[in-house]
Amino acid sequence: MNRYEELLLDLISTDDRIVVLTAENRGHLRTIPAQLGKRFMDVGIAEQTMIGAAAGLALRGRIVLAHALASFVTLRPFEFIRDDVGIPNLPVIMVGMVPGFLSDGNGPTHQAVDDVALMRGIPNIGVFCPADEDDFIIGMRDIILSGRPFYVRYINTPAFVEHDKSFEIGKAEIVRGPKKGRRDVTILTYGLLLKQSVQAAEILESHGLVVQVVNMRTLKPVDTAVLLDAARESSLVVTVEDHFKNGGLYSILADTVLDNAAPCKALAIALEERWFRPALLKDVLEFEGFTGEQIAVRIQRALELQPKDSYAELRFS
Amino acid sequence: MNQTETDELKRIALRVREHILRMSTDGGCFTGASLSCADLLVFLYSRFLNVSPETIASPDRDYLLLSKGHDVPALYGVFAELGFLDPERLKNHLKSNDHIYWHPNRAIPGVEFHSGSLGHLLSVSIGIATDIKLREGKNKVVVVLGDGELNEGTIWEGCLTANAWKLDNLIAVVDRNHFQANVRTEELIPLEPIVDKFKAFGWNVKSVDGHDYSAMDEVFSSWRPDSGSPTVIVASTQRGRGVPSIAERADRWFCNFTHDEVEQLIGELHGETAADLTSETLIVR
Repeated sequence: MNRYEELLLDLISTDDRIVVLTAENRGHLRTIPAQLGKRFMDVGIAEQTMIGAAAGLALRGRIVLAHALASFVTLRPFEFIRDDVGIPNLPVIMVGMVPGFLSDGNGPTHQAVDDVALMRGIPNIGVFCPADEDDFIIGMRDIILSGRPFYVRYINTPAFVEHDKSFEIGKAEIVRGPKKGRRDVTILTYGLLLKQSVQAAEILESHGLVVQVVNMRTLKPVDTAVLLDAARESSLVVTVEDHFKNGGLYSILADTVLDNAAPCKALAIALEERWFRPALLKDVLEFEGFTGEQIAVRIQRALELQPKDSYAELRFS
Repeated sequence: MNQTETDELKRIALRVREHILRMSTDGGCFTGASLSCADLLVFLYSRFLNVSPETIASPDRDYLLLSKGHDVPALYGVFAELGFLDPERLKNHLKSNDHIYWHPNRAIPGVEFHSGSLGHLLSVSIGIATDIKLREGKNKVVVVLGDGELNEGTIWEGCLTANAWKLDNLIAVVDRNHFQANVRTEELIPLEPIVDKFKAFGWNVKSVDGHDYSAMDEVFSSWRPDSGSPTVIVASTQRGRGVPSIAERADRWFCNFTHDEVEQLIGELHGETAADLTSETLIVR
């Protein structure tokens, strides 16, 4: 049994509101169906029916966790999420598997790299993008019990950093660097790229730069204070995300600084107007320029510094 | 069901149709589709559903969801006549001081779920029916589908799931008025044989005349809980029923009549001379 299943079983044993749905995606739910009995329901490969049924269950007082691949749980039933979950503001949690770069070699049909933009665009729906399995497990209990709809980017990769056990919806986690005060660079990120962001920070620090790395945790509601502090106290704010530049964290930063008259120099490390090259994760990161070293080079160039090491010559788009 | 009871339902339906016609001006509404399901809704709320103005929040009530939401004037007319809704509020149709607009929403007491985009509420009904099963409740869930709405793939997706989950507390009622927005269903996307289609999906299927109260009483009374399968009742109806000058006319889907035309149409409803209609037809909303 994996840690997510343990969490679900624990919650379900104490809270009879919770039910688990899947559109025949059981990759991370292999053990618990038998233990959940009637509170586990598989609609088959029918994401729209899953979300509609989730709304009906929630209308009757249930908290519903609805599972499918991240691209399928956001795109196919998009209008069902908007109309039947968003408009009535029902507690349905869409849990998207293999989001962003985690879809590896599946190809563009499976690449949820627009999911944050889509889900945060629906009024009432929150977005939680944990960095790794620890971060996911720390936050998920609060997300499930929040009483509001959420989209969650599922992740079960091992933790790269020790996470703050205190979790609050709308609060980011500063994982490296000074908590406040002037710094050269703030890297804002979410999801699996926290690891590469921390690696980039280590390289930049070795060149004498002061760098803060922020794990955003929830992108909606977003930690506005952390974004504004980054804008005001950093020479450069960098957003790192396995998502289209359009509509993701870079867009959130842009909205926030405009709303608060806090202009800053910013660099988006994201996917431009295209899907990523399908391959195993390690190769995807290299090809697309998202390794720690490549991120460090891109930041140094944005700061108009001359990268000193050989990694500067690494190929990336 | 005796003659007195049938006559009473007919009297209610006549007033519901008046409400629909009175909402067909000053911006208008989907008059034709509302008139086709008026008798169905009068019957369901008066004779089949275990719900009343006093029990609209009870977890044990029966549910009705209007998936073809554009016929909501019929629902509001029924609500006004059966005490769910103050009839005076119907005068607020399309005004920003109330929530009475072209599609249903939960701000109106008795409305279980909003709709507007077609093909949604079968799946929402599946969720409600499933929760009732989980709690071992006895309530029924009725979802009213349009026949044009059967074009939507999600209806058939939901049919598969409802059959798989043996939701015998779920009853779909198809308002088979043979029209979709602008054309006859069989001329655009043929639906027949509808009964065979639902049977092939594992549902109990019955047909009924959706304007004949005795026939509806017979068919709906024969429904039994614990059959092990969901049920669909295909109700043959007529678009624009009760008002011959707009009945079965492809160009009288959404209607926005003048006040004078509305009075003429109400006269026609009561058996007076046919209305002389000059207002624009084929308004697409």
